[in-house]
Amino acid sequence: MLKRTAKLVVTTLVAASLTLALGACSKGGTTSTNAATPGGTQTLTMWTHNAGNKNELGAVEQIVNDYNASQTKYKVDVQAFPQDSYNQSVVAAAAAKKLPCILDIDGPNVPNWAWAGYLAPLVGMDDTLSKFLPSVLGKWADKTYSFGYYDVALTMVSRKSVLEKYGIRIPTADKPWTNDEFTAALKTIRDSGDFDHPLDIATSFTGEWWPYAYSPFLQSFGGDLINRSDYKSAQGVLNGPEGLAWAKWFRSLVTEKYIPLKSGADPAKDFMNGKSAILYNGSWTAVDTRKKFGDDILFLPSVDLGKGPKIGGGSWQWGISANCSSPEGAMDYMKFSAQDKYVASVSKATTNIPATDAAAALVPGFELGGENDMFRQYAKKFAVLRPVNPGYPFMATEFTKTAQDILNGADPQQALDTAAKNIDANQESNNYFQ
Amino acid sequence: MTTSTNARAAIATTAPSRARGARRRADRRSTATGWLMLAPAGVLIITFLLIPIGLTFVLAFTNARLISPEPAKFIGVANFTRLFDNETFWRSLINTVVFALVIVPFQSALALGLALLINVKMRGVNFFRTVFFLPVVTSMVVVSMLWMFMYQPNGLINALLAKVGVQGPDWLGDPRTALIALILMSAWQACGFHMVIWLSGLQTIPADLYEAASLDGAGPWQQFVHVTWPGLRQTAIFILITITIAAFSLFTQVNIMTQGGPLDSTSTVVFMAVRTGFQQQQTGYAAAISLVFFVIVLAVSLLQRYLTRDKDLKR
Repeated sequence: MLKRTAKLVVTTLVAASLTLALGACSKGGTTSTNAATPGGTQTLTMWTHNAGNKNELGAVEQIVNDYNASQTKYKVDVQAFPQDSYNQSVVAAAAAKKLPCILDIDGPNVPNWAWAGYLAPLVGMDDTLSKFLPSVLGKWADKTYSFGYYDVALTMVSRKSVLEKYGIRIPTADKPWTNDEFTAALKTIRDSGDFDHPLDIATSFTGEWWPYAYSPFLQSFGGDLINRSDYKSAQGVLNGPEGLAWAKWFRSLVTEKYIPLKSGADPAKDFMNGKSAILYNGSWTAVDTRKKFGDDILFLPSVDLGKGPKIGGGSWQWGISANCSSPEGAMDYMKFSAQDKYVASVSKATTNIPATDAAAALVPGFELGGENDMFRQYAKKFAVLRPVNPGYPFMATEFTKTAQDILNGADPQQALDTAAKNIDANQESNNYFQ
Repeated sequence: MTTSTNARAAIATTAPSRARGARRRADRRSTATGWLMLAPAGVLIITFLLIPIGLTFVLAFTNARLISPEPAKFIGVANFTRLFDNETFWRSLINTVVFALVIVPFQSALALGLALLINVKMRGVNFFRTVFFLPVVTSMVVVSMLWMFMYQPNGLINALLAKVGVQGPDWLGDPRTALIALILMSAWQACGFHMVIWLSGLQTIPADLYEAASLDGAGPWQQFVHVTWPGLRQTAIFILITITIAAFSLFTQVNIMTQGGPLDSTSTVVFMAVRTGFQQQQTGYAAAISLVFFVIVLAVSLLQRYLTRDKDLKR
């Protein structure tokens, strides 16, 4: 009998551990933050999501090396993480109060982490930061918590020869494609049968890509993730007539066979191999596609679905943690790293849009009229920040799921209603983040 | 505990004439040794099992969040009312149950079939044993990635189907086939492990029983039904329980291959708990999901114990 009870207990515990072990595993330990070395030099730990991204990591390490060589008081120590597990690592470290002094953060998460008290505001940098693009600054409650070296622009990549062949007008930033024009173009290309699909919007990307890339479509229709006047409710904004129009349009891309329901693992490669005629992607795709098609390549503005073209704003940014034992040192590094030449070097390494005008002049292609200048124009003209609210990470997961469901044929109104209800419940249960 | 009892028994038999005091001292020492040996496992179980379980019970009734400057507040059963009102939860629960119901007989039959195939005395049988066991020692993450490519609309499986003139579906992209695709792939991955267990069961059946059966004129099928199957009953119970528990905790495949979609058709309770707790940062709500899951698994385990208990007693 005893044995049987013991067995039962063990079985039960094993069963329970299956659920809980998952949670326990992800909250692994982390390294400690700072340590003073004998020579009086203080070590500042720095975390970045750039492991696996050689160019960007190299540029960041260059800044750190320059900084370490420029003075003897502080020594910055870079630790790189792969992007996929970076956010989880930071959240786990924050929960354990083991954040590094300096860290990079995906722009839309800044309000959430600032509100939670993980980040310390950047002080004494107002003059410097006033020269940065507004979309690269992470703000919450009137304080600036982070800045980025670059922004990214979403663009419709296509080829001059293809558009001309089907008699499609080449749009400009001042006169982008309208919804009707865009639909007609897709239909023409589809009916020609020359491509697997006329358009590829990279639905195979996961994570933040969905809200980053597809909520601007919703905003171009006039909807949004939440009512931005008070950030209290998504009712009528996400699930109103504009939201419904977006959902129906989004689903029609699939039903009309304009886009593949699920893109290939690398949509840019499919585009270069002639499987799609138009590719919706970030400006990071410019290098490869330009190499492949040369002068034939076009980086067009996104589509005007009613309220003008919209693209996502805000990329990776740098901030300092609230539990840093030497905030002066961290601030010192932040000021050092905000020089135009570093903004330029990181942007150049990532081929993204430099955050300051002075830096743009230093990066070939981004000068006025340069071959990458349109990305800067698009970012200035069309960029919409994702809702600047600590509730954003929740909205992002809700939007992603809803958009996926809609693309797969869920009832649009019902899906949007559920999302709006969940977002409202989350805002309310956090007392609207006041 | 067993260690200390054995030690005590050993002392009692080897030194029966020792004085009482010495025996008590030795007793105490062996008890201490017992506790010491229990300590590593005990500490791990308490830290990673009992404390988290205890926390789940507490957190499920609060609005605790992963990231928040506010302390968690007690909110009664609000998490549970919200949960039972959530369509995705019911969908996930149904998916989990369907997955378990289908995969338990399917996977165990597949494993038994393989075990019967390789339970023969011939050259090269070890090669097949290794091949059938390979997927088990491969990481589930790797297996999931591979099958994701195979399940693509123009992937290997559809290419093979096309050879026989069947237009294959978009396995993971179609709500009607996604769960089936996961079941097939999971059974393929795990059945090697259960094959080995079946095999060990098969080899406990004495050969003279088969001899006697064939003397009595029993064919292969009759031998299987009247000799093999009854001899495997204990093994079957073990396999039933382990597959059920593994099936209920379905997560890795879903997380990598489908993220619960399309249209919640592959969402499971564990996947939902992880998504809610980490991506959506709602620790309290996720704890409530885990608690419900805990109760369900406990109930299933108790039921299985009850159903298999009578047979234990008879023997």
